[in-house]
Amino acid sequence: MKEEGQNEKKYLFDNPRNVNRLLGCFFSSLGVLLIIDLFVHKHPHFPWEGWLEFYATYGFVACVALVLAAKYILRPIMKRREDYYD
Amino acid sequence: MISTVPPAFIFIIGGLLVPFIKGRWKSAYLLLIPVIGFINLISIPEGTHWVVRFLDWELVFGKIDRLSLLFGYIFHLISFIALLYALHVKDDLQHVAGLVYAGSALGVVFAGDIFSFFVFWEMLTVSSIFLIWARRTRAAQAAGFRYLLVHAAGGLCLLAGIVLYVNQTGSLEFGYIGLNGLATYLIFFGFGLNCAWPILHPWLTDAYPEATITGVIFMSAFTTKCAVYALARAFPGTEALIWIGAIMTGFPIFYAVIENDLRRVLAYSLINQVGFMVCGIGIGTALAINGAVAHVFNDVLFKALLFMSMGAVMYRTGKINGTALGGLYRTMPFTCICCMVGAASISAFPLFSGFVSKSMVMDAAAGGHMRIIWFILLFASAGVFHHAGIKIPFFAFFGHDSGMRPKEAPLNMLLAMGIAAFLCIFIGSFPGPLYSLLPYPVDYVPYTAPHVVGQTQLLFFSALAFSLLLLSGIYPGEQRCVNLDSDWFYRKGGRLFYYVIDKVFNSLTRASERTFVGGVAGYLGRVSRDGPTRVALLGLVPAWMIGGKTGGKLELKKISLRGALQTGTLPVGISAAVATVFLIVVFLLM
Repeated sequence: MKEEGQNEKKYLFDNPRNVNRLLGCFFSSLGVLLIIDLFVHKHPHFPWEGWLEFYATYGFVACVALVLAAKYILRPIMKRREDYYD
Repeated sequence: MISTVPPAFIFIIGGLLVPFIKGRWKSAYLLLIPVIGFINLISIPEGTHWVVRFLDWELVFGKIDRLSLLFGYIFHLISFIALLYALHVKDDLQHVAGLVYAGSALGVVFAGDIFSFFVFWEMLTVSSIFLIWARRTRAAQAAGFRYLLVHAAGGLCLLAGIVLYVNQTGSLEFGYIGLNGLATYLIFFGFGLNCAWPILHPWLTDAYPEATITGVIFMSAFTTKCAVYALARAFPGTEALIWIGAIMTGFPIFYAVIENDLRRVLAYSLINQVGFMVCGIGIGTALAINGAVAHVFNDVLFKALLFMSMGAVMYRTGKINGTALGGLYRTMPFTCICCMVGAASISAFPLFSGFVSKSMVMDAAAGGHMRIIWFILLFASAGVFHHAGIKIPFFAFFGHDSGMRPKEAPLNMLLAMGIAAFLCIFIGSFPGPLYSLLPYPVDYVPYTAPHVVGQTQLLFFSALAFSLLLLSGIYPGEQRCVNLDSDWFYRKGGRLFYYVIDKVFNSLTRASERTFVGGVAGYLGRVSRDGPTRVALLGLVPAWMIGGKTGGKLELKKISLRGALQTGTLPVGISAAVATVFLIVVFLLM
């Protein structure tokens, strides 16, 4: 008799190769986006919109700042036990 | 022409009749209400209809213009979707509450006078609360009461403003108000509470996650959007709204990152999206108002879609915390795809609905040279992708394998999600039809190369940040906890108030009881019982002693007098003598 785990159906991301493929696609599209930015003719409202890779940098930095602030500033101040209000 | 009725009435009367429809006809009946409502709505020409005289005033139940119509369309659409999603629910209370709630929302947007507006506004609260209580848990009951109290306070504030305003202007008409004096500030504040402005917002993040699975779909669509409508009608171009809106887009995303309950994450992102609308209304240009209103239309759809997908997960697994979920894409693939469409739409990915409306507000801010506002909005755009766009689908459907293999959502839920997902993609890919419905003529092209590339870069590098933070273990793990928010002030403050009132007033009551009931009253009782006997003895004992009564005889006399006085059975002669003496004393004193 086979083990139950082996019997269970394999799903898309149970195979690490598929996960790696997905990550590969993701990282390649990042590269493509960075390259496309060099060729797009911009007509910015603000001067910094014309800077090279402005949106990519802002998106990355903003999210890192968001997570660090939420984890290291907001959570220590605001976190309480689940039954805090009971 | 077909004769039409006020749009609100179809839903309210239709809703109240739900309990009388039995069996398999009920589903058809429920779905028919928004369909009939919609046919009714498109048959109404623009203008003012159903003017009713009430006392000395004129009530208007149909102010139909492009602004109110757009809200009318989306409210009908989402009612259909929400009812379809809730078809399996056997609890009539939820159907009635949902329909009356939708009817109230239609009443609000088509009200031409501020009195009927207020009545429908309050009905929003009263009907929606049953969608929370219908969950029938202690937490839902408590959250419902808090929701009710907060909205009652906001409603009273609005009412005070309306009374003052009508008193000043002498008119009930509901149109542009603008910030000008106490009355308008009170109205502004009343709208703001329903709009979930910062600090006034916790009613939303507190109550929505406690509502029923299907009820929250209605709730995510109506209350805040009615408030956005009211602001767009009465306060367009009010500068304060720009800042309020910008703060609304910014602060909730921090909370959303550390929140564990995924429906609460969505509640925070709801505030974030409403922030874009409020900001657009504050900017007040044609582009900004168009953007705000188009974003209402899109937000109702994608937020409902996200809540529906989380509802389906909750329905099948009974869980909603990020810590308990994961890996559900395996057995709920369609729900997973719908969730990802909603996530892409709220994140404003090109070809998804958020992209064609949010960017109008962003461009309006840039066009007005509002640098700081623009930066905040851009930060919020990246942030919303982070928490609603990635976190929700990732923690529910991917991430660690929770081991659960639930069945796919029921057919009616799948259909409702499918319709919403289709519309999100359709509007995102072909924004023309939506643009043609906006209040002002649209001269805006969302799909330009720099815009598409810029937005895609923003989102992809936001995703890169998420991936790297997750892989490096820095991303904050989900934790079972509550995060304090400004509701702390009334949740803990309420208890403090109760404690203080208990101590002050109950101590006062106890002291009063000791002093008056146990003390003074008892003393008076004793005095009134024993007083006459003592006075009589004081007068008569010397007289008896002079008359020669001593020893045992005197004691006998005393006992018989006490008995006679205490039972009120004195001989008539003595009573008459005492009365005579009393009268003489009175006569002398006068």
